[in-house]
Amino acid sequence: MRVIQSFILLITAACVLLSTGAAFGAGPVSSTAFGDENEIILKFSTPVDPQAAAAPEVYTVFEEADPDIRLAITGVEVASDGTQATLVFADSLNTTQKHIVTTSGIGGVASASFSVAKSYLGYLISILISALLINNFVFTKYLGLCVFFGTAKRKETAKGMGVVFTIVIVVACSMSWVLYQFVMKPFDLNYLQIVIFIGLTSLTVQAVDTILRKVNPVLFKSFGVYLVLVIANCIIIAVPLLMASNEYNYFETFMLSLGAGGGFLLALYLMSSVSERLELANIPPSFKGLPIAFIVAGQFAMAFLGFSGLQLF
Amino acid sequence: MANEYSSFQLLANGILKENPIFKLALSMCPAVGISTTVSNGVMLGIAVLFVQVFSSVTISALKNFIHPRIRIPTYTLTIATWVTVIDLSLAAFFPGAYAKMGIFVKIIVAFAIITMRLEMFACKEDVSDSFWDGLGMGLGFMVGMVVIGFVRELLGSGAVFGYDVLGFKPLLFFILPSAGFFVVGLMMAFFNWIEAVYAARKREVKQ
Repeated sequence: MRVIQSFILLITAACVLLSTGAAFGAGPVSSTAFGDENEIILKFSTPVDPQAAAAPEVYTVFEEADPDIRLAITGVEVASDGTQATLVFADSLNTTQKHIVTTSGIGGVASASFSVAKSYLGYLISILISALLINNFVFTKYLGLCVFFGTAKRKETAKGMGVVFTIVIVVACSMSWVLYQFVMKPFDLNYLQIVIFIGLTSLTVQAVDTILRKVNPVLFKSFGVYLVLVIANCIIIAVPLLMASNEYNYFETFMLSLGAGGGFLLALYLMSSVSERLELANIPPSFKGLPIAFIVAGQFAMAFLGFSGLQLF
Repeated sequence: MANEYSSFQLLANGILKENPIFKLALSMCPAVGISTTVSNGVMLGIAVLFVQVFSSVTISALKNFIHPRIRIPTYTLTIATWVTVIDLSLAAFFPGAYAKMGIFVKIIVAFAIITMRLEMFACKEDVSDSFWDGLGMGLGFMVGMVVIGFVRELLGSGAVFGYDVLGFKPLLFFILPSAGFFVVGLMMAFFNWIEAVYAARKREVKQ
């Protein structure tokens, strides 16, 4: 466990280092931020002429990924003391992308460029929250159901399965990412994705099995049975495929796989808590067993729809 | 092992007695996730049928060369190969339907039903029996998907195979993704009930 803790600490430290968002050189703008969904807020280091700053023509804005597409500005609101301007856009902005703002003739500078981006750490955490709740793999993507219904009967089983699954998926996804970025992409082997990702997963499961058996037989006795089930869980192949199609970098992959594993653990735990109670309930005989479990899962799925609008960062 | 099964028995076993969706309750993900229309069900059913038959035949043909210790990884890689074949073929020949099914074709590789049939049947029996067993299981899955898709499409959008039949939409709820759980649960209960009624009637006749 200590190894995992220090690993997480290392990742967090790296994320903080990476999160020092936008860089500002000499120029009239001291800080930038996204406002509402179609707004960018600029703060000026010295007060500027409100009349000049209120003209939309002096700003050009584009996403860093496509410099050719200029975003249409419908209006600029400048604070009366001239220290802040809010650019209002015709369409809502894709705030996951880095935006570049260029001003011309403001604050006596002919032309200056600034970037607007969300904090990277916030972005990573939003990936985690999304995989955990908003796009929970069990209740909103309907994956991993075989293992889900098989093991969500006792809380103890649910915890064991969830923890083992989380560890395996994080390790397997990290390896998949390395192989995808450094072998499959350079050599154009994308058509082998399924074979490589599932092969790597079964290799991880086999390795964890062998190592755990030798290193910690007690732990193996309680968790070993779940290892076989990991490979039959669709989530284990869905996450690497998602990682490859979204071109995630390592930190994003880590957060996605952690969220997927944690989401599975959460779903299992919720479901097992209900299952334990269901055994005491008076259920119609035809509904006993799996049918009622499906109805309960359907209600959970409807409840999880409520997370769909959640946006923290 | 002596050959005790006729090909028809093996087929019927997969479709009725051990139906992968309603009886074994394996490979539920697509049954819940994309069974909103009949055509989705048919399409994924064909994909699963293809993978199941070819994996069963491959494993059954090679069973004497596979060391028992590494049999599970061997199954996984065999299935992955056939899934890649069907995945690329569907993407090339039916791009529209493939886009609708999203990630579910690739996920066939982790379906418990296919690995289970390889482990329980194909690694012990000869090639022709494995072929019929795989065909039965694949057809059973397809029938399950089509039945669920039929109910959801009819109740949700009042249509069958995309053709408007009812002219109105009885219960829009059934087309929503989370309704998949309810439909599968209710149908399982329905089949349990039929079975119970049937068994009771049989007992009455005997007495």
